[in-house]
Amino acid sequence: MLGWVLIIISCLVILVVGMLVLVGSWRGHTRELGPPERSGGGLRWILVGGVIVPAAILTAVFIFTVVTQAAVAAPATPPAITVRVTGHQWWWEVHYLDRSPSRMAVTANEIHIPVGQPVRFELTTGDVIHSFWIPQLAGKTDLVPGQRNVMWLEADSAGIYRGQCAEYCGTQHAKMALAIVAEPAGKFSQWLDRQRQPAPAPADSDIAAGARVFASSACSLCHTVRGTLAGGQLGPDLTHVAGRATLAAGMLPNTRGNLAGWIANPQAIKPGALMPVVPLRPTELLAVVTFLQSLQ
Amino acid sequence: MATSAPAVSAPSLHEKLLRIWETPHSLFGVLGTVDHKKIGKRYLVTAFVFLLLGGIEAALMRLQLAGPDRHVLSPEAYNQLFTMHGVTMIFLYASPILSGFSNYVWPLILGSRDMAFPRLNAFSYWMFLASGIFLYSSFLVGQSPDRGWFAYAPMTEGTYSPGLNMDFYALGLILLTISTTVGAINFITTVFRLRAPGMSINRLPIFVWGTLTTSFAILFALPSLTVACVMLYFDRRFGMHFFDASSGGHPLLWQHLFWIFGHPWVYVIVLPAMGIMSDLIPVFSRRPLVGYTYVALATVATGILGFGVWVHHMFATGIPALSTDFFSAASMVIAIPSAVAVFAWLATIWQGRPVMRTPFLFAAGFIVLFVMGGVSGVVTAAVPFDWQVTDTYFVVAHLHYVLVGINVFPVIAGFYFWLPKMTGRMLDERLGRWNFWTMFLGFNLGFFPMHIAGLLGMPRRVYTYPAGLGWDAVNLITTIGAYVFAVGVLLFLVNVFVSFRRGRVAGPNPWDAPTLEWAVSSPPPPYNFAVLPTVGSRHPLWEERLQEPGGRSRIDEGPALAEGRETLGVSPLDAQANEVITMPEDSLYPFFLAVSLLVTFYGLLTGAWALAIAGGVLDVALSIGWLWPSHRMVEAVS
Amino acid sequence: MTASAIPERLPVDAGGHGATGAWGMILVIVTEASLFAYLLFSYFYLGSMARGGWPPSGAPELRLALPNTFILLLSSVTMWWAEAGIRRGARGRLRVGMLATMALGIVFLAIQLVEYHGKQFTPRTDAYGSLFYTITGFHGAHVAVGLLMIAVVSVRAGLGHFTQRHHLAVTNVTWYWHFVDVVWLAVFTSLYLSPRFL
Repeated sequence: MLGWVLIIISCLVILVVGMLVLVGSWRGHTRELGPPERSGGGLRWILVGGVIVPAAILTAVFIFTVVTQAAVAAPATPPAITVRVTGHQWWWEVHYLDRSPSRMAVTANEIHIPVGQPVRFELTTGDVIHSFWIPQLAGKTDLVPGQRNVMWLEADSAGIYRGQCAEYCGTQHAKMALAIVAEPAGKFSQWLDRQRQPAPAPADSDIAAGARVFASSACSLCHTVRGTLAGGQLGPDLTHVAGRATLAAGMLPNTRGNLAGWIANPQAIKPGALMPVVPLRPTELLAVVTFLQSLQ
Repeated sequence: MATSAPAVSAPSLHEKLLRIWETPHSLFGVLGTVDHKKIGKRYLVTAFVFLLLGGIEAALMRLQLAGPDRHVLSPEAYNQLFTMHGVTMIFLYASPILSGFSNYVWPLILGSRDMAFPRLNAFSYWMFLASGIFLYSSFLVGQSPDRGWFAYAPMTEGTYSPGLNMDFYALGLILLTISTTVGAINFITTVFRLRAPGMSINRLPIFVWGTLTTSFAILFALPSLTVACVMLYFDRRFGMHFFDASSGGHPLLWQHLFWIFGHPWVYVIVLPAMGIMSDLIPVFSRRPLVGYTYVALATVATGILGFGVWVHHMFATGIPALSTDFFSAASMVIAIPSAVAVFAWLATIWQGRPVMRTPFLFAAGFIVLFVMGGVSGVVTAAVPFDWQVTDTYFVVAHLHYVLVGINVFPVIAGFYFWLPKMTGRMLDERLGRWNFWTMFLGFNLGFFPMHIAGLLGMPRRVYTYPAGLGWDAVNLITTIGAYVFAVGVLLFLVNVFVSFRRGRVAGPNPWDAPTLEWAVSSPPPPYNFAVLPTVGSRHPLWEERLQEPGGRSRIDEGPALAEGRETLGVSPLDAQANEVITMPEDSLYPFFLAVSLLVTFYGLLTGAWALAIAGGVLDVALSIGWLWPSHRMVEAVS
Repeated sequence: MTASAIPERLPVDAGGHGATGAWGMILVIVTEASLFAYLLFSYFYLGSMARGGWPPSGAPELRLALPNTFILLLSSVTMWWAEAGIRRGARGRLRVGMLATMALGIVFLAIQLVEYHGKQFTPRTDAYGSLFYTITGFHGAHVAVGLLMIAVVSVRAGLGHFTQRHHLAVTNVTWYWHFVDVVWLAVFTSLYLSPRFL
């Protein structure tokens, strides 16, 4: 609302001044440099146009601003859910906080929230400054080392809301997106419950083979899949990666082909990304993909 | 010593003064000149070259962004280009170009023979060139600064930026701060002591008020950048912890220090340009500026208020609401002096008889772009709105509207206005109109859509963007507009080159303008004025026709001061002549000191401590040599 | 009313407090003072953000710094005395005063180095260490530059360059030296005294 008011006032000001310039230039214009003359007056322009009108407009805008800022400072009801987001070069670590540790959940890059309820976010970073921004839901808040910033947001209607890192954070700042999925409370609880669970035991031999490859290769040095031996802390938690809509921080739709391509050569998609190329034979790659796709 | 002499019809006086003041045509002359006109022209040319380099960087960036997911540039290349584009435009173009105009015009418009510290003047130019060379030499090793022109910690620290890139940045900027600071000292001293008698403080052209205000701002703001860059260099080079949150430092310390410098800096790069417009619009409206006093006060007020708004660059960092409210209010209040200036210009146009020569066209375009940039700035001062648009293309649009609108357009207008004085030749009017319209339309085509891109959620500093977000069309239009704008700039260059030899001869006062620089020939003689003028009003050359009560200037009669390099010194406020000041001869010290400092800094860059120390010793020796009085001075006082 | 008339006779390079050279020095002092203001701002800013004690190892000892402060203050007195001397044409007093100032300045720096040597922290220990050494180091550098300037002016004095009427270089250097002293008082108060009150 504030935004629209500001934009409309701006356009009006530009139009008025633009007209004044055009008309003023055309009105008295001559072809030749005539003799200089001083006709009196003109100070009223400065008083009215330069002081009184701007002061009035700006005072009104400022009051509106302060009121709006106060209104968005805190939600109508205290948030029931707190999510801690930790920024990394170039992905988002997500923790659902809870008083009892067994009810905390870890995921990455995709955040689910219940529709119509305020959610509190604690923002930290593991390396440099990032900025958490979901344009359709809230303004941006920076993730600053040494500081824990807090903000809240609420989705009025269900849907998938795209976000993107909004503070230049290095080579792949451009490809550090995220999504907030707002869904009805029941669906949200189901999702959160599932996130809390460790990975299920492999359902068939192909998945088991993939799990073995995953645990024994470099993958497990960076990634965690709870319920297996893979416990790396450097990259996103993959326990339920198959349930996410995208990969590589919002850059690729989560399909079998994209997943294979991403693992085979992350540098081709996100040059400079900190995920190295892990040498895997084609059969191994296929097995890992099968395994990861089973992690709903 | 006798001071007044009737103007001898002047071949012998002219020749005498020429022999005293003319720079020899030799290598010594090139490297050692202290003539403010030569130094001013060097500033203008060098800064313009940096404008073109920055433009090339932008052109490459726009190629990459013309469509989604393009592969014209790698992310590393793009990140270096956007950083250097910002550094080049804001540091190596926007302020030096205004220094160039100030340097060239000031002694002439003030009725003096040179700046207060001519050798320091030369030094400030050589240091500017040195810092540009230093920063651009980074391209030769492929390690240009790549963390954005405002270089937020901790990404700039050694851990996250292991190459030399940010060392080039920190040290290069320190070199530039030296140049800018000594320039400011020179401008302040010149305006207060070296102007025509009778040019009291309320008769100074607004251009002078603009540069004077920014010179004070520089003295107070630049040290903040110096401190920040030194701290960054120390963190990176010596493992200190100023910005390191894990050891008691804090990344926001960098942001505070940077923006305490950075916000006043944006006024440094526009206030002199606004001053140029305040003096130019009256010429082309054929009447004095409406509300001179208010415009002068508005200039100073903007300079002072500019120190109170820096946190508006940090609204999203998590600072308390009371703080953001204060800075939000201050950022809105600062619009008022600007509005005063805008309406003074509008009143001058409306109450005058505008002549739509090319400088006037650029002035009209400038007013429109100023207001557009100004309102987009005011809306971002509204904190909740800022939380949406900060760090997006909306802000990129805003900053370009204010920088191109309030710096580039006045600069081009200034060229059309003063190049005839510098070269003796007019620029072509027809080409000028094409120049203006291409630049104006191209600029708006390129940058207006950026507001929309920002509102659609496009962050800034991204080397690419995905398809399907609705950003494709606006980016393509922006790229096209940017190239049209570039054509406009090229047209300007064509006009300059074509007119250099074949333009209409200008004569001393082709615009029938009122100020003192138009009283001398085009180009002016090396000594500026054969006899030093005395001033009785703000418009010495219009006095007879304006027939206003008040003083009368004397331009053709006055002291010749031809016993050596001499000019008049006056009292600071009322400009009563109180001294004859002797000026130094051409000297090589400024050049060699700049070279020596450059070598010292390369030593610091590469960790070659022996070189750095040797350079430092040489710096000291050269400084002592420079400041050691000449024989002439010693004899005069003993 | 005609333009203000120019007097028939004007002094050439009058010197004194309104001279361009004096303006130059004052403006240098203004900008360097700003530099120290920003350094001290950084000190207090990081102090305000610090979790745990600030300074981390407690307030710095006054054992060496307090006497050192008096030494520097004394050097300002000797410099004032020297300049007052040449204002009366007393060249001998000028030279003696400057010599004394230099000696005191060198002692100041030497004691500061001793103090550094005895510290338990380095610039790399933490942000406080970085600040302490950088701020006092910048000040020490300004002292060193001041000593260099006094040395050069002393040589010039020895060559007889200065008279009662023309001694702008001495005045400039004196102002600079007083400035360095005032900065030390600010640094001393901030780094050594304020932790004892705040």
